[in-house]
Amino acid sequence: MSASVSNASLTSGKSGLALRRTIVSTVGWAACLMALALVIFPLLDIVGVVAINGMAAINWDLFTKDTGGTNLGLANAIEGTFIITIFAMLIAMPIGVGAGVYLSEYGKNKTGSTIRFLADVLTGTPSIVLGYFSYIVFIISFGWGFSLAAAAITIAILIVPYLARITELALAQVPNTMREAAYALGGRDSTVVFKVILPAASSGVITGALLALAISVGETAPLIYTAGWSDYRWNGQFTNSPVAYLTYVIWTFINQPDAHSHALAYAAAFLVMLIVLAINIGVRLTVRRGPRAG
Amino acid sequence: MKLRPFRLSVLILSLFIPAALAAVVLFLVAYSGQAIIFNGLHFITGITWNLGDLYDNPVMVRGIQVPAGAEYGILAFVVGTLASSAIAILIAVPLSAGTAIFLSEAVPELERASRSVLPWLPPIRPVLAMLVELVAVVPSVVFGLWGIAVLVPFIGHYISPTGNGYGLLAASIVLALMITPIIASTLYDALCQVPKENRESAFALGATHFEVVTKAMIPMVRTTLMGGVVLALGRALGETMAVLMVSGGGINMLPTSLFSPISTIASFIVSQLDSAESDPTNMSVRALSEIALVLFLITLAVNAGAKLLSSGAFNVRKRQ
Repeated sequence: MSASVSNASLTSGKSGLALRRTIVSTVGWAACLMALALVIFPLLDIVGVVAINGMAAINWDLFTKDTGGTNLGLANAIEGTFIITIFAMLIAMPIGVGAGVYLSEYGKNKTGSTIRFLADVLTGTPSIVLGYFSYIVFIISFGWGFSLAAAAITIAILIVPYLARITELALAQVPNTMREAAYALGGRDSTVVFKVILPAASSGVITGALLALAISVGETAPLIYTAGWSDYRWNGQFTNSPVAYLTYVIWTFINQPDAHSHALAYAAAFLVMLIVLAINIGVRLTVRRGPRAG
Repeated sequence: MKLRPFRLSVLILSLFIPAALAAVVLFLVAYSGQAIIFNGLHFITGITWNLGDLYDNPVMVRGIQVPAGAEYGILAFVVGTLASSAIAILIAVPLSAGTAIFLSEAVPELERASRSVLPWLPPIRPVLAMLVELVAVVPSVVFGLWGIAVLVPFIGHYISPTGNGYGLLAASIVLALMITPIIASTLYDALCQVPKENRESAFALGATHFEVVTKAMIPMVRTTLMGGVVLALGRALGETMAVLMVSGGGINMLPTSLFSPISTIASFIVSQLDSAESDPTNMSVRALSEIALVLFLITLAVNAGAKLLSSGAFNVRKRQ
């Protein structure tokens, strides 16, 4: 900075102080740069390690064969992650978006702020606690066993509060004049919300849905207690039939002794990261195309 | 009053959230009831987690059927959770502060300087910010994978005196990496919102750029920073998979050094699935439910603290 340069040329009595200030500044900036490097380097390394090892392990068998037997492929896990996510989203979208509509449109009252607060509490609850809750309710009490239904409901509970809060934020961006115009034209509550407000806030709602999708694809802990694990593909049953999923492959296969299991773990991690990355890019594109970019 | 079916139906949808939360608390409390009676205070103070003899006939204690010799103490897991999170915060705060300060203050200047020489240079800041953001969505199990593949061998080779990399330090470093983006982005946003007048007056008084940041801007965003730190703490306390994969899974002992194997509450719950299923009295499932309840209460308290901090309830007027 120019300030420190001019300080150095001050009277000799102050030069000690000026020198110290210059040194402190320089060291300070160097420390900040170092902190940035210490953050960026491991993160790049994570992406690099997973990408290099993952790409080396990618082959056609991954998508056509199951992990069962001589563990050749990931088809069962890919399919499992896919169906768990689909069903979780099917359950969570109406609830989450509906709750977001309520909070934004009619929730400027005590009920609304209570629900808002409880949604934040649910967001902050560790996912393993939700997983264990589902275990004692669905697996033990209801006797469903490890199953798709238990897994999808657990993930839905996990993502509903995110959906609700992001939808609320998106709807709050819609200018009030649009609501007033729609009501003035004689629109009913449902018409105003479905025909005017939701379309206007669609990019925000899609962002929320994509983030929820990323969470449900990457989640592991609650699924261990609800989905179980299966070496074979989904047999179409919602209860009493465990389901495979990709993140399980990552955490168990990396602890197996053989290189082939490690390769499968890296391949699964690579696929999960690709999906999450694609979703992240999708979010960026939606946000940019939205009415209020940035 | 006119009945409004649409408003009513979205209200009912939104009531799913309180209902789900209430169900979680109710079921955990109801299910851990017998465990709470059986364990008493020993649950918090005991270090030993012993499932007892699952093949012998269960014994009756205080009217409750338990496996012979069963004992459920979680102090080691509580200490493991708090220690790993605390060390993670100690690592993450300086890193996040440096990152946020550099991104918000130094990078714009670097860009201005380099733009005149290299006008085609892509904008640095959005690229870095995007990378930091991206990490927030990388699944924790991928962090754990990296921990096993890179971090644990590194610690084992170069740092740990025993040659074993799994343990408290590995867990803390992985946690620190996971929470740094949370703290850094909170601080970054706050720094960008410091009024221009404050920065400019500090410059006008002859402060160096670094002094402007540390003496004029950081004090203004201290409360926000605290909020971010507490939020990150809540995240770290509940983190499961990454910790489970690198912590070494130590049980029945308190950590004595940075390299002791540990278990956190969350990782212990996952690791106990098999033994829970093999207990005929169901007592270990109930004790695990009590642990889950403890974890829920801890994170609830921490997140409530974060909320109070960020809502400005503790916003004391700053010295001018």
